[in-house]
Amino acid sequence: MDHTSGLEKILRGAAIALVLVFFLFPIAWIFLMSLQTNETILRIPPSLAFTPIIDNYTALITGQLRTAAGSLQLNFMQNMFNSVMLSVCSVALSLVLGVPAAYAFARFKFRLGEDIAFTLLSFRFAPALLVLLPLSLYFKTLGLTNTYIGLIWVYQLICLPLILWIVRGYFEDISPDIEHAYRIAGNSWWKTFTRISIPLAKPGIAAAGLLAFIFAWNNFIFALILASADKQPVTVGALAFVTASGIQYGQIAAAIIISITPTLALALYAQRYLVEGLSMGAVKG
Amino acid sequence: MSQLAIKSLSKTYGAFKVFDGLNLAAGGGEIVVIFGGSGAGKTILLRLIAGVEEPTAGTIEIAGHDVSDIAPEHRGVGMAFQNFALFPHMNASENIATPLRAAGADESAVSACVAKVAKLLKIDHVLNHSPRELSNGQKQRTALARALAASPKILLLDDPLRNVDAKLRFEMRLELPRLLRQSGATVLYVTQDYKEAMALADRIAVLANGAFVQTASPEDIYTRPATLGVARLFGDPSINTADAVIGTGGGAHVVLGGTRVPLAESYAGFAGREVIFGVRPEAVEIGSTGVEAEVIAVTPLNERTVLLLQNSSGWEFLASLPSAAAGIPEAGSRVRASFAAAGTHIFDRQGGERLHG
Repeated sequence: MDHTSGLEKILRGAAIALVLVFFLFPIAWIFLMSLQTNETILRIPPSLAFTPIIDNYTALITGQLRTAAGSLQLNFMQNMFNSVMLSVCSVALSLVLGVPAAYAFARFKFRLGEDIAFTLLSFRFAPALLVLLPLSLYFKTLGLTNTYIGLIWVYQLICLPLILWIVRGYFEDISPDIEHAYRIAGNSWWKTFTRISIPLAKPGIAAAGLLAFIFAWNNFIFALILASADKQPVTVGALAFVTASGIQYGQIAAAIIISITPTLALALYAQRYLVEGLSMGAVKG
Repeated sequence: MSQLAIKSLSKTYGAFKVFDGLNLAAGGGEIVVIFGGSGAGKTILLRLIAGVEEPTAGTIEIAGHDVSDIAPEHRGVGMAFQNFALFPHMNASENIATPLRAAGADESAVSACVAKVAKLLKIDHVLNHSPRELSNGQKQRTALARALAASPKILLLDDPLRNVDAKLRFEMRLELPRLLRQSGATVLYVTQDYKEAMALADRIAVLANGAFVQTASPEDIYTRPATLGVARLFGDPSINTADAVIGTGGGAHVVLGGTRVPLAESYAGFAGREVIFGVRPEAVEIGSTGVEAEVIAVTPLNERTVLLLQNSSGWEFLASLPSAAAGIPEAGSRVRASFAAAGTHIFDRQGGERLHG
């Protein structure tokens, strides 16, 4: 389709612009909100003319939220730290556990293999609340309530199936002959796994890791039930902005901007892996 | 003592039996071609020897030692795969160096050895290329170089010329025997191209229906095929066959389309036997005696011309004559065809084995 006419180009541009506006408008709107006070946000009719302030951001970073009803302690930065901690550790643990497991499921036929793989996937079917009631009881007994370890463990329900199933597909796409060739050339099983299988599945591992990170970052319900304020991530922490003196829209908006920045940056950085990674399974090189 | 010995080797996948009770011994430096059609289990046999799959029963001995419990990396074999199986994230040079590095050679020795084997295989100009940037022929040579690099005692080549173009295949067919001899390794070479098999082999082992049907020199395989199946696999165009019954009145003979075709007297012992009469197209002689036939088609193929003939009872057969020969008949003409004894084989109609006349 090299011979596109001028009209086609214009229409295509318009269509792309429309899609971009549709998807980016909420983010742009929230960004604008984050630079305003509650009064300017809530005035009617809404207006784009306002003096930008950074009070919302300073309030979040210093942890002092001033409202009409007085000053309020915020631990948003602690929430932020929790989010990073929980997401990074969960994904790391999932990769350590999931990549070798994915390899096993891809390469070896073993008894109940498919059943185990499916069971792991089925963790994604059940509503989280269904799992949470028994889990919260167990966690109390085990003393895991409100611990990072407990949360990271539960987050495996989100990350592990994702990584397992995506990465498995990549391993299946690597010709076993390539691994055989490396072994016959005189290398151990472990060396073959680390020098051949993992590097060749890298785009898939990156894509799966990124997706798992986003899902972990956005999770709300696990930490809401199983942890208290000092271990909760931003998704739960945002509830603090619903205060006695009203909803702090400006701070919420600023919190959203801060909390989506890491995932957005990561996604932008890794998008080439994502595209390459998610499509490689379909089109073999 | 043979360098490689396979003893009553069997492999089954579930209920599917690939082969059963294979025996084969190859001496040092010998080139044995494993020949068979698709799905005969040739590749699986190589995988078993390399150790990347395990046999269901039987043993494999390398230099007199049972290697059943030895991991592939310690068996000291080199293998080239049909699909090349190059490491896509390493360049050609690193690919070739893999077995040398794994053996712990120091870097100067590695690069010297890579340079030497690359020069031998004429890929020294593409050593920095990644596999993606190589042509199929270069890929195949790189794979071969990798298999040869560490001078393994046993070299397993799985149809290495399958995925290269016809011209290169022809060149490699000429080059490979010298190359393989130079390596001094015992070579098991898998192919389903009979010309390749004949060109390379010291011995050919024909694998069909889960067993070695015949293991013999290329000449023996061609001139004394053990079964009709083997006779059909070797030769292009393939052997002509016709159902017949051996008669003895006035000397051993068969009757084809009302014409007596005399056989060596030694076939008299098989009188009355239902057989398949087989004759190689090259052994069909056009002359003044023999089976009357009509020439249906004439196909010149470079140095030979192939005639499609049909006798009065409808039996179609091929004759392959030297194109230079005088008096090649035209399509539509009627000729008489006789059959040279050397290219004529009689097979049992039930079992398909060749009857020794």
